[in-house]
Amino acid sequence: MSLPAWPPPALREPASGHADLSGGWERLHPLSAVVRAGRGALALLLVILVSSLNRNGNGTEDLIRLGLVIVVLIVGFVSWVVTRWRIAGGVLQIDTGLVRRQSLRYPLTQIQAVDILRPGLARVLGMAELRLRMAGGSGSSGRLAYLSGPAAEQLRARLLAMAHGLDEREPAPPERPLYQVDPRRLVASLLISGPAVIIELAVVAVLVIAVIKPGLAGALLASSATALIGALSAVWQRFNGEYRLMVAEAPDGLRVRAGLVETSSETIPRGRVQALRLVQPVTWRPFGWCRIEVDLAGRATSGRQNRAAKRAGRALVPVGTRAEAEALIGQIMPGGPTERSKPPGRARWKAPLRFAHLSYGLSDRYIVTTSGRLRLVTDWVPLAKVQSIRRSEGPLQRRLGLASVHLDTAGRMIFAVARDRERPEADGLLRTLPDACRAARAAETGIGSGHRTPR
Amino acid sequence: MSYPSSTGPVWSTPSPRLHSVRRAQLAAGAVPALLLAVAVGAAAGAVTVGAMAAAGVLIGAGCLDVLLGRRVRAWGFTERHQDLMVRRGVMVRRLSVIPYGRMQYVDVTAGPFERAFGLASVRMHTAAAASDARIPGLPQSEATRLRDHLSALGESQATGL
Repeated sequence: MSLPAWPPPALREPASGHADLSGGWERLHPLSAVVRAGRGALALLLVILVSSLNRNGNGTEDLIRLGLVIVVLIVGFVSWVVTRWRIAGGVLQIDTGLVRRQSLRYPLTQIQAVDILRPGLARVLGMAELRLRMAGGSGSSGRLAYLSGPAAEQLRARLLAMAHGLDEREPAPPERPLYQVDPRRLVASLLISGPAVIIELAVVAVLVIAVIKPGLAGALLASSATALIGALSAVWQRFNGEYRLMVAEAPDGLRVRAGLVETSSETIPRGRVQALRLVQPVTWRPFGWCRIEVDLAGRATSGRQNRAAKRAGRALVPVGTRAEAEALIGQIMPGGPTERSKPPGRARWKAPLRFAHLSYGLSDRYIVTTSGRLRLVTDWVPLAKVQSIRRSEGPLQRRLGLASVHLDTAGRMIFAVARDRERPEADGLLRTLPDACRAARAAETGIGSGHRTPR
Repeated sequence: MSYPSSTGPVWSTPSPRLHSVRRAQLAAGAVPALLLAVAVGAAAGAVTVGAMAAAGVLIGAGCLDVLLGRRVRAWGFTERHQDLMVRRGVMVRRLSVIPYGRMQYVDVTAGPFERAFGLASVRMHTAAAASDARIPGLPQSEATRLRDHLSALGESQATGL
């Protein structure tokens, strides 16, 4: 196979002359291939090492594995060779691909946020991935993987400055810290939450069995190993993703930094938050802890470049006290309703477990609903983000004269549902909410445009 | 049925032919089941069992047909000034309000059964996956009219996310 001419004629600058061959093009970090091959290659190398230590020779399998590693590295290297990027004419252009050539262009004015991610291996090598979030579509996010750490920070500041129409050398605007998670509390809270409790119970059970009947414990452990590993990795992921989590307010949105092994620095653009949820698990209640998650706009799309989208329901407060949580909510969603009303007592027949937690409150900007069987879940939805409103009435509800009102948003996890209200009340909501939402939206767009100009 | 109708919205309903569509879809499932029951009964020599199974299929299909008829009649929509209202459901009754400004796109689909009866479904999509704005069983001309009307309204009132 012969390499295609670079750049291909279609992409070549017209009459670029000969003086500046690079044309401002820059490359990614040369070690990108190593990080991309990443864990897979490392694991394979480990396997080779272990098996060659064990058996001394008989190396055909090892040769195959070594070959695989080399192929992966070569593929990574080729992709590095054919990838270039540059900033020209207010557009970030990334050209990539060997067989299927792509020239991606990201207009700087449409950049909403620039995130920096550092997977474990990249961090060891001092590299970082830059990810662009564009306004408009949800699927289009540009990736520059990987740059050296300082270069990524510089490029980020430069891109953001240019995106806001400022001078390239303008320093990044200051941030105002809002919240930081206490690592000890994070550990403690993880130890008493769902998957960790399962692991702990399993460990205790195995220990007890080991004392009573040692033979059985090994078999039990072996049979439940996959489930345990799954639970462990879930706990680890949460710990890794939420360790030292920090939320700060910047002019362009909320900055969220977190991570133990893989660190990330993301920006949630203003107006992207569709809904907010406060969760109080039953095991956390004695300590007065709670968790805040937000739901962002965007649809689930496939492919690894949208890992950020998959984590759409992300934690702003992994664990915090009630006071911390309320302070943060007051910052992000000011002007929530002050009081909530409970559904009529006969709703107990329809939702015996939920009833104690059911309520909803309405202000001119937000609807707040609470629900949950064991844990208490409180959902905030800005009326300006409501996409459609539904009233639904099941057979049992009809008999009791109740109905639920759903408010749908573009988020994917968090919805406001005023459950089991009096029928006339639900009808009234359905009559008044569309106008309330319209008014809220009009008010918000008014504020939004006023916000943007001065900065 | 008492939907909030103090201002007296006029509900448009799907064509009564939608019931025929549903009936045809039901028959497409029930007839093979019936034949299978008869064939298995005959092959196994257990005629009474076969006959009972066939009767069961028939009764089940009859009950479903009644339910489907009620569901078709329960469906309705009304175009209000700034939003579309869609009501549906017999067991669980739903009533959705979808502002035109939130509409992202409208599509008209017609499956083979619907096409055979000259009908089509209109669906209005918003950014929310849960928005439930589907209107089945409209005559094809009415479906295209509604689609054009809705997309024109959506364009003039669009607000984005």
